Amino acid sequence: MMLAALDLGIAGRLAGITASLRPGEVTAICGPNGAGKSSLLTCLAGLLAPEAGSVTLAGAPLLGLDPRQRARAIGYLPQTPEIAWDVSVEVLVSLGRLPWPDPGNAAIDGALAAMDLAHLRGRAVSRLSGGERARALMARVLAGEPQWLLADEPLANLDLAHSAALVRALREQAAQGRGVVLVLHDLAQAMNHADRVLVLDQGRLVADGPPAAALSSEAISATWGVEARWLGEPGGMALALTGS
Amino acid sequence: MNRLTFTLLAALAIAVPLSLLAGRVWIDPFDPQTTNAAIILLELRLPRACLALIVGAGLGGAGATMQGYLRNPLADPGLFGIAPGAALGAVLSLWLGAASVWALPLFALIGAGGAMALLALIAGREGGVALFTLAGMMIASLAGALMSLAISLAPTPFAMSEIVTWLMGALADRSWRDVWIAAPLTVAGLALLAATQRSLDALTLGDITARSLGVNPRRLQWLIIAGIGLTVGASVAVAGIIGFVGLMVPHLVRPFTDRRPSSLLLPSALAGALLLLVADCLCRIMPLAGGELRLGIALSLLGAPFFVHLLLRMREGRA
Repeated sequence: MMLAALDLGIAGRLAGITASLRPGEVTAICGPNGAGKSSLLTCLAGLLAPEAGSVTLAGAPLLGLDPRQRARAIGYLPQTPEIAWDVSVEVLVSLGRLPWPDPGNAAIDGALAAMDLAHLRGRAVSRLSGGERARALMARVLAGEPQWLLADEPLANLDLAHSAALVRALREQAAQGRGVVLVLHDLAQAMNHADRVLVLDQGRLVADGPPAAALSSEAISATWGVEARWLGEPGGMALALTGS
Repeated sequence: MNRLTFTLLAALAIAVPLSLLAGRVWIDPFDPQTTNAAIILLELRLPRACLALIVGAGLGGAGATMQGYLRNPLADPGLFGIAPGAALGAVLSLWLGAASVWALPLFALIGAGGAMALLALIAGREGGVALFTLAGMMIASLAGALMSLAISLAPTPFAMSEIVTWLMGALADRSWRDVWIAAPLTVAGLALLAATQRSLDALTLGDITARSLGVNPRRLQWLIIAGIGLTVGASVAVAGIIGFVGLMVPHLVRPFTDRRPSSLLLPSALAGALLLLVADCLCRIMPLAGGELRLGIALSLLGAPFFVHLLLRMREGRA
């Protein structure tokens, strides 16, 4: 099953983006601030209707799908998630099961374990640290067992260890055949952990390919306007700015 | 059935028979000699108790749903302008001196329906919460202004005093007819509100996440408008404006639940029924020169300090 953006356009934000996303891969969407990364992700999640073009899931237009069917297929984590009521971690994670008729206790337990939250399941979300909260919100998405996991800056609030753990968990999801699509502003994370990178600039798709090609020094210079070079080994690369 | 629901049902099972015995004339169940006991019980107290249960359940359930929908613990069913719309209808029937016993509730329901329609019209197709709330507040203030106008232009001093008294809200002097008006509408309204509960749970995570979980915001908004309209419209039609129940009850109940909006509907309906039954009973037995304390006034006297307490707690970040 493919998730494809077919010549998407939204006035002033996205124009002419065509890409087919494959399950089993971690795809990163990168680009400078205001490039349209979050808009593209919400389009891919079926939550924003493009003015031109369409997003298809397994060949069917996403916007034509029954909302609940779409919700079972695509899990979405927004950039600034809110939690209105002071529920426990377990209740929060169980909200991920709402599109499904069954409560899915095994899926909830699995999501809690994957995000290292089993010992915090009874804790109120107001008493979580920023990182724990971010993991709980990701566990909520995992509990829905969607075929596609779409997350906007999921690593932004996490410390090194939990960031690494979340990347590992997302890679595992991809290995199980799910499609993982992440908006990442940290290019090193995209370089080290993604199978494929889409680079957006001012609403246009300027690069699409394996990270080494899409995020080459030349591409970074062209899109971000900074001179930089990669240091280190594949899988553990760091970006060093070289010029002004 | 969880413990909270069971406790509330048990409390109701105790409160209902007690409320039937209490009043200006106390009825001793072991002494069947009380004058007119059967008439007092069957024609006065039983319909009044039924009405307290129905109106309380409707307002409690509507309040819980409103707070879940707006994701705001300060939300109240009156906020959407449906209660003021219904009150305006009732005031108009008093102003016109419509004589039939059916006229007032009918006018009130028409007022509630008009407020609902206006709300749906203004809120538009997007299902956004902010516009919806602003539209509701606009309708509420418009209805309030029109009511004041009706009072100031009342054709006779008698009509004016009737309007003012009615607006205070009460369950005194109600009959089975009012029960038959309120019961089916409230039950239908609560059924519609029950259908929103999964969506309200999803809304805990915000608008966009709720949509990603399959919530249809437009459908949800229609269910909310119709459900709140029926429960609140029915309650205003038979009891006048009874404020603060929808605000207080979900708060009192929330700490005993897992705080999901859906866990709140049934206990809030039961607790609302209990609160109104007990409050009405206290109004009835409170010695007050010149008649009994109006239920609407009693609940506002209780509710306003509660509201302040709530605000202070929120300021300290503990709500």
